[in-house]
Amino acid sequence: MTQTGAKHLLQLEGISKYYGSFKANDRIDLTIEPGQIHALLGENGAGKSTLVKMLYGSLQPDEGRILWQGAPVVIGNPAEARALGIGMVFQHFSLFDALTVAENIALAMPKDQKLSDIARRLEAISKEYGLPLKAGARIHDLSVGERQRVEIVRCLLQEPQLLILDEPTSVLTPQESEDLFKVLRRLSSEGTAILYISHKLAEVQALCQKATILRHGEVVADCVPANETTLSLAKMMVGDDIHEIAPRNTGSESAEVVLEVKGLSATGLTGFETSLKNVNFSVRKGEIAGIAGIAGNGQSELFAALSGERATAPDMIKIDGVPVGHLSILQRRKLGAMFVSEERLGHAAVPEMSLSDNVVLTRHGLEKDLETGPFIRHSTARKIKDKITEMFDVRKGNEDPPAMSLSGGNLQKFVLGREVMAGAKLVIVNQPTWGVDAGSAAQLRQNLIDLAAEGAAILVISQDLDELFEISDRLATMAEGELSTFVPTGETNRNEVGLKMTGVFEHAAGANA
Amino acid sequence: MGMTEAILLTIATAATPLLIAAIGELVVERSGVLNLGVEGMMVMGAVGGFVVASLTGNPWIGVLAAIALGVLTSLLFAFLTISLAANQVATGLSLTILGLGASSLMGEKFVGQAGKKLGNLDLPVLSDIPLIGPLIFGQDPIFYISIALVIGVSWFLFRTRAGLTLRSIGNNHHSAHALGIPVLRYRYLAVMFGGACAGLAGGHLSLVYTPQWVENMTAGRGWIALALVVFASWRPARVLAGAYLFGAVSIGQLHAQALGIAVPSQLLTALPFLATIVVLVLISQNVRATLINTPAMLGRPFVPDR
Repeated sequence: MTQTGAKHLLQLEGISKYYGSFKANDRIDLTIEPGQIHALLGENGAGKSTLVKMLYGSLQPDEGRILWQGAPVVIGNPAEARALGIGMVFQHFSLFDALTVAENIALAMPKDQKLSDIARRLEAISKEYGLPLKAGARIHDLSVGERQRVEIVRCLLQEPQLLILDEPTSVLTPQESEDLFKVLRRLSSEGTAILYISHKLAEVQALCQKATILRHGEVVADCVPANETTLSLAKMMVGDDIHEIAPRNTGSESAEVVLEVKGLSATGLTGFETSLKNVNFSVRKGEIAGIAGIAGNGQSELFAALSGERATAPDMIKIDGVPVGHLSILQRRKLGAMFVSEERLGHAAVPEMSLSDNVVLTRHGLEKDLETGPFIRHSTARKIKDKITEMFDVRKGNEDPPAMSLSGGNLQKFVLGREVMAGAKLVIVNQPTWGVDAGSAAQLRQNLIDLAAEGAAILVISQDLDELFEISDRLATMAEGELSTFVPTGETNRNEVGLKMTGVFEHAAGANA
Repeated sequence: MGMTEAILLTIATAATPLLIAAIGELVVERSGVLNLGVEGMMVMGAVGGFVVASLTGNPWIGVLAAIALGVLTSLLFAFLTISLAANQVATGLSLTILGLGASSLMGEKFVGQAGKKLGNLDLPVLSDIPLIGPLIFGQDPIFYISIALVIGVSWFLFRTRAGLTLRSIGNNHHSAHALGIPVLRYRYLAVMFGGACAGLAGGHLSLVYTPQWVENMTAGRGWIALALVVFASWRPARVLAGAYLFGAVSIGQLHAQALGIAVPSQLLTALPFLATIVVLVLISQNVRATLINTPAMLGRPFVPDR
């Protein structure tokens, strides 16, 4: 480098970004040194993504300036960012399913480079860093971990001086995360600075030399993670409103079985989805059963089969001893089963419809005052909506807003409330707190625990291991459509579950197999 | 000239406008835009080509005018669906209705007039070779352009960086935008190319196929071209095969009638669409191939966040 060593690699001075009157970023200052692993820590919605989009040229700051190696720069688009030496690995990957690995990488490279040269170089560099890839493979044939490798190798080929990673471990097993950290540490020792965006405190402490913490779009602290405790970091991140989960009595072994799944097998819907392979388990009254696993290992299919979105053989699924595999969603709801699906907008709720209309969608046929003949009684729907919003502390802009105007956390509270208010016997929840702020997430978990205490049987499918360890009584792991046996949460640990995520476990034997 | 030769020549003439319009629409759809207004752009090209050729006396200027009108019509579509992110299906349907109406108005005074025909190529020695002579060396100039277009588009899509970029946009415009690819600019250019091809296809109808102007003279060929793109599962070479298949069917229908064979003409007219449905059913069986060739963003508007 020709610059003097005293210069910072990157310096942000008073960067602000507004959306109307909403301040997504408010006068952010940030300094990154060469070779440093720097954490950008904050909750969902704290403004991390907005900030890195401005660094990568996808967005333009409204105020403030960016200095690159001491000189002010305007980063007009991602190509300019790459030309400066800034590489980015996206949280929701920026890959093209239909194209090959080499084609995907070529799209981010200067136009004069030949595809065959790029293919050769990418295989060389992927080998060197222990990230094996085949240039000719199609992206949609790759696992999530391999896709992330493609993104990382794409950045490495550009020999970046700053590598930005947005929530890179959210899709990885603990073991895969460890491998990623090795690569990042090596890059750092070779002089590449890394901006590591995360809300996972433990990994920030293990990996990063410095941390900048964002809350509500503002920098609240700069610190050295190693000198902090997890609790002090969490307090800086979410403010003082950290909910402690109330301890509780776990469900008893002798309680009656509410949900029983026997030999459940299903083929994938599109041919890409992982099918279900002979899944066996049961959930008892008053307990929370958790299913861990990386996305795309059959959780969506399991939820679809349990909720009735996809029919199975009648005996494969029993609710209170009644075979329901062939029954519709409504018929299962009438038996006291309630379902909260993964996607809030578009699956659990219709985005453009008002909250009261969304009430009607899942409660019709269950609530006798909701309909007169073929007509809807809107007054009843609104009453139910009011009850839900009050009991579950749903914060909304006006009386009966469309579902899409609610924040993720508030809509999730509403959806859960709508499902469980009717006195559910069985609640099946897929990803209860995905993309939800920490305050709402804590409340949602408390709600689930309260429901179990009131005697409901609860099945939680989640990719968030911390969450499962916090609330569930028993844990099982899904990998490639197979489910491990359930073990009491106290008798297992993160490493064991992580290993199971890769498919290393003994299968739950089918009682009738 | 023998009977076989004559039939083969008419098949080529019938297939050429289908081929040109479809290859243009293929590029549009590969970029993720669904322009259902092919019929409208084509009929505008037909009237524009005929009127200008009549006024100037030069069919080549007519061809240029046909292309220009196709592009102009497509720009209206591009502005509405790309800049304003309007619904592509509704806009495309409106474009067809608009094109049919506007072309009737523009061509009103020219109905029934004798037109200028673009002459066939006639290479002294080569064209006299029996059978292949007239077929390969004695066609109208637009026939050669259509073949060049297939080769050119194939090469562009699968051999050039710009083609890769275009396919990537059709596959996932969010990812493309995140990489800094100018999604909207590429889509504008693709839609304009589609318009140019549709206009040229229309010009072929009014300057080569039947050198005259009749209202609605495209007679549903734009829709066949749209069906062809799906039939070909977005592969240029298959568009070529499909266009000649559909062209042969439409010519076969005429000869069948002349010979008194009782095949309902309605059935034959419906054949391209029936064939497309069969192909759709067949390709949906092979999920992987569908995923690779079908533009996943087809018909989805893109609004970059700023």
